[in-house]
Amino acid sequence: MKKVLENKTAIAIFIVPALVVYSVIVILPVIWSLYYSFYSGSPGLKWEFCGFDNFRRLFGDSNFKASLAVNLKYISIVMLGQVGMGLLLALMFYFWLKRFKNVIRTLVFFPVVLPTVAVGQLFQKIYEIQPNYGLLNSLLNTLGLTALIQPWIGQASTALGSLCVMDIWVAMGFYAVIFYGALLDIPGDVIEAAKIDGAGGLQLFHYILGPLLRAMIITCLIFSFSGTVKMFESATALTNGGPGAATRSLSMYMYNVSFTYNKVGYGSVVALFIFMLCVLGSSIIRKFDVKE
Amino acid sequence: MKKGLKSISIKFVIICLVVMEVYPLFWMLTASLKQQSEWTSKPAYALNSGFYIQNYIQAWTRGNMNIFFKNSFICTVVSLFFIVLFTVTVSFAVTKMKWKLKEFVGKYFEFGIMIPVATALIPLFQIYSGMGLLNSRLCLIITYTAFGLSLSILLTTGYLRSFPDEIMEAAVIDGCGIYKLMWYVVVPLMKNAIVTVLVLQFFFKWNDLIFSMTFISDQRLKTVQTGLLYFQNEFGAKNWGAIFASVSMCVIPMLILYLILNKRIIEGMTAGAVKG
Repeated sequence: MKKVLENKTAIAIFIVPALVVYSVIVILPVIWSLYYSFYSGSPGLKWEFCGFDNFRRLFGDSNFKASLAVNLKYISIVMLGQVGMGLLLALMFYFWLKRFKNVIRTLVFFPVVLPTVAVGQLFQKIYEIQPNYGLLNSLLNTLGLTALIQPWIGQASTALGSLCVMDIWVAMGFYAVIFYGALLDIPGDVIEAAKIDGAGGLQLFHYILGPLLRAMIITCLIFSFSGTVKMFESATALTNGGPGAATRSLSMYMYNVSFTYNKVGYGSVVALFIFMLCVLGSSIIRKFDVKE
Repeated sequence: MKKGLKSISIKFVIICLVVMEVYPLFWMLTASLKQQSEWTSKPAYALNSGFYIQNYIQAWTRGNMNIFFKNSFICTVVSLFFIVLFTVTVSFAVTKMKWKLKEFVGKYFEFGIMIPVATALIPLFQIYSGMGLLNSRLCLIITYTAFGLSLSILLTTGYLRSFPDEIMEAAVIDGCGIYKLMWYVVVPLMKNAIVTVLVLQFFFKWNDLIFSMTFISDQRLKTVQTGLLYFQNEFGAKNWGAIFASVSMCVIPMLILYLILNKRIIEGMTAGAVKG
């Protein structure tokens, strides 16, 4: 038994190919980014060592600051929206839905599996105003709310909000299913006992469900955070960062800087910043998970 | 009386939420069957008056959707094969086999979860362009495989740790070598974990945009997602019928797959969040 599991050749065959692919494609680029970040220009084109210039430049770059602000706003709205709506849906299913639980669970989960680009294109048409009204505007028109008809993704004031709505729409069913599963794991008599003791809805949540679901809420927040901090695909598909820079995230800014303007060194600094933000953010959220 | 009112209003809220989740997709399907003239003569939410299949034919042939589907399919299937292969072997080696660095290597693979795709993008582009691999299916397959490993390995190692050693011992006593043990004992018993990995990674790879739009510019090698993104530019923003048909075409296979496998898919997707 021991001999079989200590077989060195087998271990090498099992580990080495994956290790090489993973190291070269996933880990090496992060280190490589660090090296790039000390250079200006792009490889082969005015490629010069510039020390910490790129880092200094980052803090004076108003475009970067604008993207950071957009990204942070997006993270907070979408994270709270996805997890909050998911929790709300799950509680409703658990307490108030008697029949059709499986059917409804299947229905609300469906948007999760859709390609982001397809969803983006669909929502473009929902928010459309020109050449003819999209779904939202034509519904508003019929309801007589003509004052609300507007180019939802065509103006800076509503574009980010519209994007957030789309991403919450996509993922709330996902979190609902997770929380619903977690609720089913709570012994029913705990909830019954609290109800008999006269706990109302809010009290029940505050004293019983909240603490029991806490670990799951943290897990979901971290998952949602790591998805939203990367904000790229949905924004590219819906608005492509526009109008102006109203929905341009850090990843999209990095993409523009390095691939459109060919400033690979500076783009790498932005890329590293995203990495730091990702690590920092999830460890901050994890801090709330105090073990009692 | 008060209670009746409450339950009705709650049901109303639930119905509203479900309708909100489902209606846009229903609308998309009806919209894909409309003729161009219906958009101007009727409000956008009106049902289609006929079944104008022409939209689909246009999108499939003139919009090159047939090529995009083929490319997506090849890249996804090949990378899924390697993801599963590597995941099974690595997670077995770092949990059940006995060697010095196994804890460290296991942690090293799991570390990848923290790395945002955007951070790796620029160097990867440089590497592939230096190797002449841009605009090839190979570079997408390699990237998809590498970025699929961390989460998959994390999921399967959790599963393997709870896997009883006795079964393996019995097989070894019966004369199984390590490779036979893997293929005839470990892999069949890991079937559920493998299916979870497959489901999760299938959706990640099939829906990928950032890698394919960065590495592929050749029209003949584009995947469904990149193709769809630039579809409007080629067809003109006014041809709503063809746009909706192309979007529906991407959504319908997912819908069918989801209806067939929905329990598996829900389990697989949520496992990625809860355990990862």
